[in-house]
Amino acid sequence: MSNTKYIGQSVKRVEDKRFITGKGRYTDDIKLVGMTYAAFVRSPYAHAKVLSIESAEALEMPGVVAIFTGDDIKASGIGGVPTGWVINFRNGDTMKEPPHPLLIATSSTAKHIGDPVAVVIAETYAQAVDAAEAVVVDWEDLPAVTDAFKATQDGATLVHDSAPGNLAFDWELGNPISEVDAAIEASAHVTTLDFINQRMVPNAIEPRSYIGHYDEATDKYTLYTSTQNPHLIRLLMCAFVLGIPEHKVRVLGPDVGGGFGSKIFHYTEEALVTWASQKIKRPIKWTETRSEAFMLDAHGRDHVSKAEMGFDAEGNVTALRIKTYANLGAYLSTFGPVVPTFLHGTLLQGLYTTPKIHIELYGVFTHTVAVDAYRGAGRPEATYLLERLMDLAALEMGKDPVELRKRNFIPAFDGVEQPGYQTQVALQYDSGNYHGVLERAVEMLDYGNFRKEQKEAAQNGKLLGVGFSTYIEACGIAPSAVVGALGARAGLYESAQVRVQPTGKVSVFSGSHSHGQGHETTFAQIVADKFGIPMEDVDIVHGDSDAVAFGMGTYGSRSLAVGGSAIVKSIDKVLEKGAKIAAHKLECAADDLEFAEGKWTVKGTDQSISFGDVALTAYIPHVYPEGLEPGMDFSSFYDPANFTYPFGCHIAVVEVDKETGKVRLRRFIAVDDVGNVINPMIVDGQIHGGLAQGIGQALLEGAIYDENGQLTNGSYMDYAMPRADDLPMFEVDRQITPCPHNPLGVKGAGEAGCIGSTPAVVNAVIDALWSGGYQVKDIAMPLTGERVWRAMQNN
Amino acid sequence: MTQITVKVNGKVHSHEVEPRTLLAHYLREQLSLTGTHIGCDTSSCGSCTIHMDGMAVKSCSILAVQADGCEITTIEGLATDGQLHPVQAGFKECHGLQCGFCTTGMIMTAVDLLNQNPDPTESDIRHGLEGNFCRCTGYHNIVRSVQWAAEAMKKEIMVE
Repeated sequence: MSNTKYIGQSVKRVEDKRFITGKGRYTDDIKLVGMTYAAFVRSPYAHAKVLSIESAEALEMPGVVAIFTGDDIKASGIGGVPTGWVINFRNGDTMKEPPHPLLIATSSTAKHIGDPVAVVIAETYAQAVDAAEAVVVDWEDLPAVTDAFKATQDGATLVHDSAPGNLAFDWELGNPISEVDAAIEASAHVTTLDFINQRMVPNAIEPRSYIGHYDEATDKYTLYTSTQNPHLIRLLMCAFVLGIPEHKVRVLGPDVGGGFGSKIFHYTEEALVTWASQKIKRPIKWTETRSEAFMLDAHGRDHVSKAEMGFDAEGNVTALRIKTYANLGAYLSTFGPVVPTFLHGTLLQGLYTTPKIHIELYGVFTHTVAVDAYRGAGRPEATYLLERLMDLAALEMGKDPVELRKRNFIPAFDGVEQPGYQTQVALQYDSGNYHGVLERAVEMLDYGNFRKEQKEAAQNGKLLGVGFSTYIEACGIAPSAVVGALGARAGLYESAQVRVQPTGKVSVFSGSHSHGQGHETTFAQIVADKFGIPMEDVDIVHGDSDAVAFGMGTYGSRSLAVGGSAIVKSIDKVLEKGAKIAAHKLECAADDLEFAEGKWTVKGTDQSISFGDVALTAYIPHVYPEGLEPGMDFSSFYDPANFTYPFGCHIAVVEVDKETGKVRLRRFIAVDDVGNVINPMIVDGQIHGGLAQGIGQALLEGAIYDENGQLTNGSYMDYAMPRADDLPMFEVDRQITPCPHNPLGVKGAGEAGCIGSTPAVVNAVIDALWSGGYQVKDIAMPLTGERVWRAMQNN
Repeated sequence: MTQITVKVNGKVHSHEVEPRTLLAHYLREQLSLTGTHIGCDTSSCGSCTIHMDGMAVKSCSILAVQADGCEITTIEGLATDGQLHPVQAGFKECHGLQCGFCTTGMIMTAVDLLNQNPDPTESDIRHGLEGNFCRCTGYHNIVRSVQWAAEAMKKEIMVE
């Protein structure tokens, strides 16, 4: 590293200026000449057969340009939306992957609320909506099933005739079940929990928005999309859905207003506006309403589980046995199958030395919208299960939850001197110091004093509680060969191009994509430091499939660990070539040079040449090494050696009102270890946002389908989003254990907050209740006042 | 169609609008002031907050015709003579934004909050921002941004 003027500093964000002045450019802000607007005709039922679609009258309405129905799509022969991951049945049978059509045709069935049957395109959005209301669909309403467990029981209505028992797959991981059964049987104590990890609505504040634009003159398509991964959308849409040549399609992801997973996936509307724009030879914009966002953006979590954790008399964990029903919704979304399997089952070792682990999991179709990756994606579900069991076991056994964890922690290892830790569930952790984060968090809590305060409060009839949670996550999912063997239909690398301009200014093209994470700042800090130039001389370009060679995008906290490492690879190539040019100019060997402070210097002398002068020489190669190509522009693809494994400890302190059950979050402490940190301000911001989402799941949020499959809380009036006055100031600190296998030593910070926080809050409420003599084992999230109050009354 | 005349960010505009046009749509579509964002359809999220005759309102809950004769300030008109408003500066200074989508409405609400209460407590700020959702920041740094702005306004420091 040449110097660290920027790396490790809380540099203010480059992107802020446009956002605070209203000059951000989100997809819905874009207006193209001749643009039309789309509105969809959607199923009002969760499960219903389309008997007929009548659109002739709607077509005559003012401003209507075209109407396409499911029958048109069927006739066109274009495909449905594929999933990106295959999980086959344990007996070797192929995963059930029923078609996901772009629009439902006559005689077919809609399979969730909002499943579309037709799209209306008009001169204005209001005209499109008016005409969509005039399209008459004759429906035959059919029974629906929305609960993952019930859907697998005998007699349950089938979502797809091709998937008996509503199963997409079943799956297991870990030690042989007989060994796990025996270990549980032999345990001195077994803590058991039957619980639901409820369904979450991602709720990025920017609704999804797409503009499809076919240009007849060049036979090229442009798709503007609020996506987390433009190239992935292009690949899926071109190769699998529309069958149009990839080089004729440009996908742009301009400013994107949050994603949290929900904007990873390829949605039917993206393909439809692109396809239809070719039919009408005009651009088409569709922006969803919030109601549509609730109904259609892939949801998160939704597990029904039975979990058992065995302990010996001293409190050592002997075994973990899990059986889970994971709701996948009606169709398999892009990463739907991998979230409950390889992003969940593989995390069940947690931070503990548990010797025997087994998970049995069922991937289930229901008449609900697809479930896919939502911030944390599988890892929060694993952590919830482990950390709820751990705190409950401590209460049941009369042990201290902190001591119980410490007793079972995997000892510290750096992944360099000490090897990585091989789990019972496939993964090998890279580096970790789990005692460190726990001890720091406990110190911030002032644990001893808290227990005194809690006792006094209990004597005064007040319920105070503390909840602990430690977690590990697997980020930057890789390498490609491994994920391929596990069923991925894509590689999981990242690309980066570093183009040094003749004047020494630098443009970086990244396949990663920012929708709030601040890539334009963090990436520029790295580049500026490595080249010893001011940050102002670096520009980060992302979100344009024509500008950027390729990219896998942003999810799973991978941008810095994978995308940043790809940038470093290209930087290294620039510096290597630069040294050759510098050596020629300075008439020495490249080995005699050192690069620091933005210049190459002949070691032990004051002879030097600046980065800018070398760049200029590369483009005006008059005095130049023989055989060396001119120019200074390098691309790299980085395919990591392993996942990265951030970890941490979260502690919640709550007060429960005895009369109403209302929970007040008094404190929230988070000590996270995300490896090296480039911009502490941005990393803290990522942690804060994750905490709010994790706490939101514990206390406020949850999608509720009724038995007919109606989403009963599909608006901001009904779904409790965390507001500013629901949350305290967070107490955040960090420890740094570098990742041993990527050049930056970073692990990823995007999801951490959302993974550790949920069980900490629920544990704190349970602890508060036990302090008042209510020995409640579990309350289903979200822990509303009513639910907590009922749990107290039923105790 | 109905004729309306509104003064937006100091400039007078006259337009024919459909009576059902929401002010938010008028600002975005007819005046191309796309800094005012639309995040929901129940006037819950606050992304479309603007100032109408000096008060913060959600522009999705007002018809364009109701704004006839009114004076409107949007995020684009908040900075004066190239100088950021202290609340804008505070959001940058304290990392009060991530994706930026809720930010413009959040800033407009916070400006009104500080106009009404120049010395708010943390609790005042949290209650004052209840009508604006942010999914990125957990509100922690938004609260700090508003606190920073309150201090800056007290000191009459205008930061570029």
